[in-house]
Amino acid sequence: MRHILSTLLENEAGALSRVTGLFSARGYNIDSLTVQTTEDPTLSRMTIVTHGSDEVIEQITKQLNKLIEVVKVIDLNESEHIERELMLIKVRATGKEREEMKRMADIFRGRIIDVTEKTYTIELTGPGEKLDAFIKAIDSTVILETVRTGASGIGRGERILKI
Amino acid sequence: MEISGAEIVTRCLQEEGVEFVFGYPGGAVLEIYDAIFKQEVFKHVLVRHEQAAVHAADAYSRSSNKVGVALVTSGPGATNALTGIATAYMDSIPLVVISGQVGTNAIGLDAFQEVDMVGCSRPIVKHNFLVKDIRDLATTFKKAFHIAATGRPGPVVIDIPKDVTMNKTTFSYPSSVSIRSYNPPTKGHPGQIKKAANLIAEAKRPFLYVGGGAIQGGAGKEVTDLANLLNLPTTNTLMGLGALDGTHPNFVGMLGMHGTYEANLAMQYCDVLIAVGARFDDRVISVPSQFLASPKKIIHIDVDPSSIAKRVKVDIPIVGDVKHVLTDLLAQLRESGQKPNAEALANWWQQINEWRKPNSLLYTPSTEVIKPQHVIETLWKVTNGEAIVTSDVGQHQMWAAQYYKFRRPKQWINSGGLGTMGFGLPAAMGAQLANPDAQVACVTGEGSIQMNIQELSTCKQYHTPVKVLSLNNRYLGMVRQWQEFFYGTRYSESYMDALPDFVKVAEAYGHVGFKVENPADVEPVLKEAFGPSLKERLVFIDFRTDQTENVFPMIQNGRGLNQMDLPPHMRDYQQVPFENNRDYGNLS
Ligand SMILES: Cc1cc2nc3c(=O)[nH]c(=O)nc-3n(C[C@H](O)[C@H](O)[C@H](O)COP(=O)(O)OP(=O)(O)OC[C@H]3O[C@@H](n4cnc5c(N)ncnc54)[C@H](O)[C@@H]3O)c2cc1C
Ligand SMILES: Cc1ncc(C[n+]2csc(CCOP(=O)(O)OP(=O)(O)O)c2C)c(N)n1
Ligand SMILES: [Mg+2]
Repeated sequence: MRHILSTLLENEAGALSRVTGLFSARGYNIDSLTVQTTEDPTLSRMTIVTHGSDEVIEQITKQLNKLIEVVKVIDLNESEHIERELMLIKVRATGKEREEMKRMADIFRGRIIDVTEKTYTIELTGPGEKLDAFIKAIDSTVILETVRTGASGIGRGERILKI
Repeated sequence: MEISGAEIVTRCLQEEGVEFVFGYPGGAVLEIYDAIFKQEVFKHVLVRHEQAAVHAADAYSRSSNKVGVALVTSGPGATNALTGIATAYMDSIPLVVISGQVGTNAIGLDAFQEVDMVGCSRPIVKHNFLVKDIRDLATTFKKAFHIAATGRPGPVVIDIPKDVTMNKTTFSYPSSVSIRSYNPPTKGHPGQIKKAANLIAEAKRPFLYVGGGAIQGGAGKEVTDLANLLNLPTTNTLMGLGALDGTHPNFVGMLGMHGTYEANLAMQYCDVLIAVGARFDDRVISVPSQFLASPKKIIHIDVDPSSIAKRVKVDIPIVGDVKHVLTDLLAQLRESGQKPNAEALANWWQQINEWRKPNSLLYTPSTEVIKPQHVIETLWKVTNGEAIVTSDVGQHQMWAAQYYKFRRPKQWINSGGLGTMGFGLPAAMGAQLANPDAQVACVTGEGSIQMNIQELSTCKQYHTPVKVLSLNNRYLGMVRQWQEFFYGTRYSESYMDALPDFVKVAEAYGHVGFKVENPADVEPVLKEAFGPSLKERLVFIDFRTDQTENVFPMIQNGRGLNQMDLPPHMRDYQQVPFENNRDYGNLS
């Protein structure tokens, strides 16, 4: 099953490679990984999307906790949470495609953030499936480039990951 | 007053009470070596290969209660140390390994003798540090020693660029350290301990399975108390040997791939298993599904949560230090008077004694050819079971484990998790330095000894009078055994040809060498080697042993604990279809 692990770790050189090294050394999957410093500059927050059986996820969590620089790990799947991903997608937009593309972006609540005579660059956020759906919805031959951040997640309501 | 980074290194080691640093110099650590030259608090042991430095530091730690320290230069010095570091990591041994690094300005430029030591060692250390700022040096050492020795112990690498050793700053050693993200557990959860006591009280066929965690955690006494209090049949893993005295009546021998018949069957058919600092290794339980095919409830005590439920699901996990947890469990059991039903336990013992009867460690003695098992038994006799024994890896290692009845923790020193040939001799050296008055024996094979034989020179220099018992079967015996069993006796590259004259090798290094070919000479030679006349000398004994002897029992890959290959005298037992015994346990 797919799991989202939210991790607080010391904002230190090398901490990220310890995490990725752990995943490759132990044969765990990383579907996506995002990391950035938090409001507390000594801490980074990492969101790891992975999949595996319950036993594997339990081991991943334990192994992450074992890394000296990892302060805290929670599995967002254990309760309600919100998940967002950002995509920038550059598409060919000429002739009547231009109108069509604008309309699609609107439907998906995307924003056109860069315009040239021949292209649009659209910014889109949402759960991963929504971004997938957008890509499916438009004509694949017009896609010039996509870049996605991978998921970030946060627990709903009072559930807070902090030290 | 400002002092150099190199001096800070030596001062930190002094503050930590380090007695020996095992190392080898080179460009990147010359400043540190200069600082070592100027101090007299700790001694430096100059090995002949960096791998040996780490093994020696490792065994120094295994045979004492201290953190081992090794020092190597950058590049090849650092990479040579890696096998030693991995060895310590797999067996959870606390080490601090200091490696030199090229100057901070040169890092990343493929500088001379540059290797990314933090990257190379990352998967085989508990933690590592690259110290780029001299102001972090002292706290890094404090942290390193703390991390290495607490929780589940392990090796920590400190990589120090050369300029950091040359820069200057003031020195003050932190008196304590706190790392917010690192808080290893000590006491176990009282609720879980209570549950464990309740489960034990319900057991009809309890079994105590004790591993290296009990050795590392100094819990030999608590293990013994528990075995005594409830009269529990008890096994030790290869890493746990000595946790319960090998001559204790409740000890059923080592378990696992080369464990005894009784230990393996008791492990398979117990109904309540108490696992103490043991990690259900594949060389112990083989295939988890087969192990669990005979239903049992499992209590698992381990300081590292990731050891629990890694290979088998357990019923009562207790995260904590063995000594603490067992102390609390014992208190609970004593207070409540809970214990397994006496009649059921008596029946269980009766069954175990039945399994014991054929003696799966029986071997055929010979007056013609030296049996390796006989050498180990004689070693036990000659040393009164008191020697510290190190070993290399192979058949000789298994025979040492099976036939030397270790009496106390930290007496048996071997590479279990990584199985590193070349470990034995440097380990003996480290153990002798930690225990100058002890008799130290290194049980090795003619293959393994040649992987670090250069350390005979170090032993000479530092007067470590260890006794090397080489069980020379002219084969990479363990490999040969597998080829005999599984590869149709095609002995591909497992014959040790062109062996040196080991007696001359020993003598060339300034030691005493003996060659023994006659079984009748085994005891007198060992007596002489361990006797007063050679007390101060390293003695190398080249025992020409039976070339075709195999280690029994043996569990083949993929088979269950109840599917052992047994020694010839137990061939009938082999035929017993244990599978049918699955619901064995109508013993209530
Ligand atoms: C040729 C060969 C053959 C082998 N055959 C066998 C065999 O037949 N039988 C056998 O047993 N092994 C055998 N081994 C060794 C095997 O590979 C493993 O190394 C060994 O079984 C592991 O022992 P252990 O379970 O005691 O764990 P260890 O590796 O000693 O691990 C210790 C466990 O205790 C925990 N721990 C550490 N300190 C504490 C503490 N203070 N409190 C609580 N928990 C703590 C750790 O977290 C860890 O989980 C063989 C090795 C070789 C090379
Ligand atoms: C460094 C290393 N290389 C290879 C092996 C694989 N191996 C395990 S046992 C063994 C044979 C050891 O031979 P020897 O030291 O003569 O011991 P014996 O089995 O004959 O007693 C080998 C090659 C190993 N464990 N370590
Ligand atoms: Mg051999």
